[in-house]
Amino acid sequence: MSAQAPNDIAVAAQELTRVFGSFTAVDRVSFAVRRGEIFGFLGPNGAGKTTTIKMLTGLLAPSSGRGSVAGYDIGAQSEMVKRNIGYMSQLFSLYADLTVEENIAFFSGLYHVPREKRAARRDWVLEVAGLTDRRTRLTGELPLGIKQRLALGCAVLHEPPILFLDEPTSGVDPLSRRRFWDLIYTLTAGGTTVFVSTHYMEEAEYCHRLALMNRGKLIALDAPARLRAAATEPLFELKTDDSLKTVKLLQRMAGVREAAMYGRAVHVAVADRAQARAEIPRRLKQEGVALHGMDEIAPSLEDVFVFRVREAGGAPVD
Amino acid sequence: MTDAAPAIAVRGLGCRFGEIRAVEDVSFEVSPGELFGLVGPDGAGKTTLLRMLAGVLRPDGGDAQLYGVSVVRDPEGVKHEIAYMPQRFGLYTDLTVMENLDFYADLYGVPQAERRARLERLFHFSNLAPFGDRLAGALSGGMKQKLALSCALIHLPKILLLDEPTFGVDPISRRDLWLIVHEMVEEGVTAVVSTAYLDEAERFDRVALLHGGRVLALDTPARLQRGLSGEVLVIEVEAPRAARDLLVDHPKVRRVTLFGDKLHVTVASVASDGPAIERVLRDAGLSVHRAHKAEASLEDVFIERLAG
Amino acid sequence: MARKEAIQLRRDTRSLILAFLLPVLLLVIFGYAISWDVRDIRTAVLNQDQSAHARELLDAFRASGYFTFRSDLARAQEIGPLLDGVGVQLVLVIPPDFSARLNAGRPAALQAIVDGSDANTATIILAYTRAIVLSYSLDAQLQGARVNPPVTLESRVWYNEELLSRNMIVPGLVAVIMMIVAAMLTSLTIAREWERGTMEQLAATPVARAEVVLGKLLPYLGIGLVDVVVSAVLGVWIFDVPFRGNVLLFMGLSAFFLTGALGLGVVISALARSQLLATQIAMIVTFLPAYLLSGFMYAISVMPAPLQLLTYLIPARYFIVVTRGLFLKGVGPEALWLQGLLMIVFAALGLGLAIRSFRKELG
Repeated sequence: MSAQAPNDIAVAAQELTRVFGSFTAVDRVSFAVRRGEIFGFLGPNGAGKTTTIKMLTGLLAPSSGRGSVAGYDIGAQSEMVKRNIGYMSQLFSLYADLTVEENIAFFSGLYHVPREKRAARRDWVLEVAGLTDRRTRLTGELPLGIKQRLALGCAVLHEPPILFLDEPTSGVDPLSRRRFWDLIYTLTAGGTTVFVSTHYMEEAEYCHRLALMNRGKLIALDAPARLRAAATEPLFELKTDDSLKTVKLLQRMAGVREAAMYGRAVHVAVADRAQARAEIPRRLKQEGVALHGMDEIAPSLEDVFVFRVREAGGAPVD
Repeated sequence: MTDAAPAIAVRGLGCRFGEIRAVEDVSFEVSPGELFGLVGPDGAGKTTLLRMLAGVLRPDGGDAQLYGVSVVRDPEGVKHEIAYMPQRFGLYTDLTVMENLDFYADLYGVPQAERRARLERLFHFSNLAPFGDRLAGALSGGMKQKLALSCALIHLPKILLLDEPTFGVDPISRRDLWLIVHEMVEEGVTAVVSTAYLDEAERFDRVALLHGGRVLALDTPARLQRGLSGEVLVIEVEAPRAARDLLVDHPKVRRVTLFGDKLHVTVASVASDGPAIERVLRDAGLSVHRAHKAEASLEDVFIERLAG
Repeated sequence: MARKEAIQLRRDTRSLILAFLLPVLLLVIFGYAISWDVRDIRTAVLNQDQSAHARELLDAFRASGYFTFRSDLARAQEIGPLLDGVGVQLVLVIPPDFSARLNAGRPAALQAIVDGSDANTATIILAYTRAIVLSYSLDAQLQGARVNPPVTLESRVWYNEELLSRNMIVPGLVAVIMMIVAAMLTSLTIAREWERGTMEQLAATPVARAEVVLGKLLPYLGIGLVDVVVSAVLGVWIFDVPFRGNVLLFMGLSAFFLTGALGLGVVISALARSQLLATQIAMIVTFLPAYLLSGFMYAISVMPAPLQLLTYLIPARYFIVVTRGLFLKGVGPEALWLQGLLMIVFAALGLGLAIRSFRKELG
């Protein structure tokens, strides 16, 4: 174990930077993930999340800065890093033309699971994926949600202390997603550290702490509830008879930071509470929009995400 | 065509792949200008259904008519009226943004004279204008999805068929995408959109809940929510997972699910059952921070319907 | 459609290099490697006569330029080991009574022992030997006192006066290459759309099937025609193969042939749906028949009857007649009308099948 990382820190990044040509994908990012923590990684497409994960998993060398995973330096000891992590990407790397058991056996080999432990680990994976009675089915024939749990099972066959998940639940339905998260909680209860990137705020709520990235920089880092509490911009929920027209009107109004449809309602973030309460109803009335309700609400994580990204200069465009 | 005629009429539509019945005996109607949602788990048949509506997959039972044109008898005729966006990008990554748009404009036979105006409109929504010369492959996921939608919309379709348009898209691009869709619907376009995300389903005028190739429920989101049997008690409690395990076998609890760090407990009546449930948790030494009755979310409904 | 395809092709450097380099490479490799001409026949001589006649005969061999003399043998026992090794292909044995019999006006024998392990080469060596002996004996007879006009065989070869096999190969090769390159190039194009998932979107537009197929073919037809010109020019320039026919006729027939081959590529592509599989099928379906059954490599007349029948189905068979006719004979439309017609049929068939096979449906 290296000296600079205390024992209870599973993943640490110090001024981690990656440059591709003239483009800085990850710009001096620092954070520390405690052992047993579920650490969420959020950001718009192209914010640098995947690049950061690739550096931490030893797949990509940093241009500058340091990182350590399970106490091993990601630059100098990348092979040791790989031995101590499980990694599952948004494109699960299961072989569709192998059966469930064959996939498990294959990954057991890749991860050097000791022979005497293989049968036990296999049964464990079959059980958590709910595949005990379908062990000889071709993997390609399984529903996405099941495949995803199988992929997660395969990624932790060697019982790694740290698990990296890169958008693991893209396109998976709510029920499967919930089971997937149950599995993640089971793992963390056993001491595993989980580092997960996602686009879905519902999942972000499941995390102990969230790091929000934009344009390669870390722009926020805290627990979901504290991030929500720290949002200072007043937010109103409007119920009108024409949400689309309302959004378009509000987007052109002075003092409006953000206006968007939220289901059938409209969420609007404003600079000044009192001014908004006076101006918005007047403006809507003027334009013939019926306002059924205007309440100040606590921002959702999605609202916080959008505010923070906007404050940090907007989403990257490339 | 009178206003009363549906934009889309699906009758007994079915499609099987070998043994698997991807879609089975599905019937519904979509009115002109409606924003219609297809919601369901993976493998529920959403994509198969949309492909059949788009005329790219031949049904092996039933029929669907889009403004009176049958997808069985005249699949090519259907294609003039629709814009279809498959789940996988139909973009040529080795063409630039403009070349992609031009290509689809050619395919749909959009006259040169009208292209400028359409492009300007689409750029207005998508903010893609500064990237006209960039290769589509070099765009970020959200931008790609906006470009794909713009390509599909270049010919002013009457019907918009979108298969999980927000798949893998960040919340900011997602807001832009939905704004484009709402804008089209506002102009009278009929839209059928599939999604696996229930927070998005609340936007739809009506939602068809699909499971195993069949329609389990079809109604407005509000009525679906009201149709939930029982009431939802939301509990904020320390150690929510342990709390769930305590409640899962409780006789008064019909269902208990975790939403982030909150528990949603479905009971017959919050007023009569709520205190007993809180007591169970307190007796186990868990401190309940807050417990209140809440409107059922579509997710609650979805889980109940699937389980039932 | 054609414009999009052309842009994509322009950006796809690898395909472009393949499209232009492959024919050149094939032509050069095959042009040099396949040669049925035997030169520098390694020869040993057991001269048991040592007369002026014997020397004259050997000089005739030497002068022909096909033979190089490696060694003079002293005894007949040396022949076996020499032929067993790889050093010598032919041993000429001049018997002791060679000049005596000639002087006496009696037939003299020359023994030629050939390494028959390569039958093709052995046959050719024997043919050369026979020709030289024949011409020598004619001279001998003409010089001899008895004017007994022997029956002489005067052979002349037309079109390929020097009987250079590369004059046969290069025009045939142009045909074979066209077939391969054309089917190979297009076999990728539709399979690529399946792989990238763009086909689903394409299928949902009102575009006509013929438009998709033609749009995909046109840019490749352009490339194919450039390839035809390049390989013809290379043939004439590097291999000194004559081109005696009408260039326009050649280009016209090539265009039809290419269209057929490109159409075949589209059919393969539409059926295979993966680029790798498509290339492999294209290789098997085009290369082998065009190479083996078109009359390019082996004369059709010596094939077993069922195979001969099969060759009628190979479009390259007819196109080879066209290329050879145009390169070597310089014949015009009057001689090639049948092949021309067949080219048009092939093109129509290729296109028709291509459009039929391309379906705007999934699953």
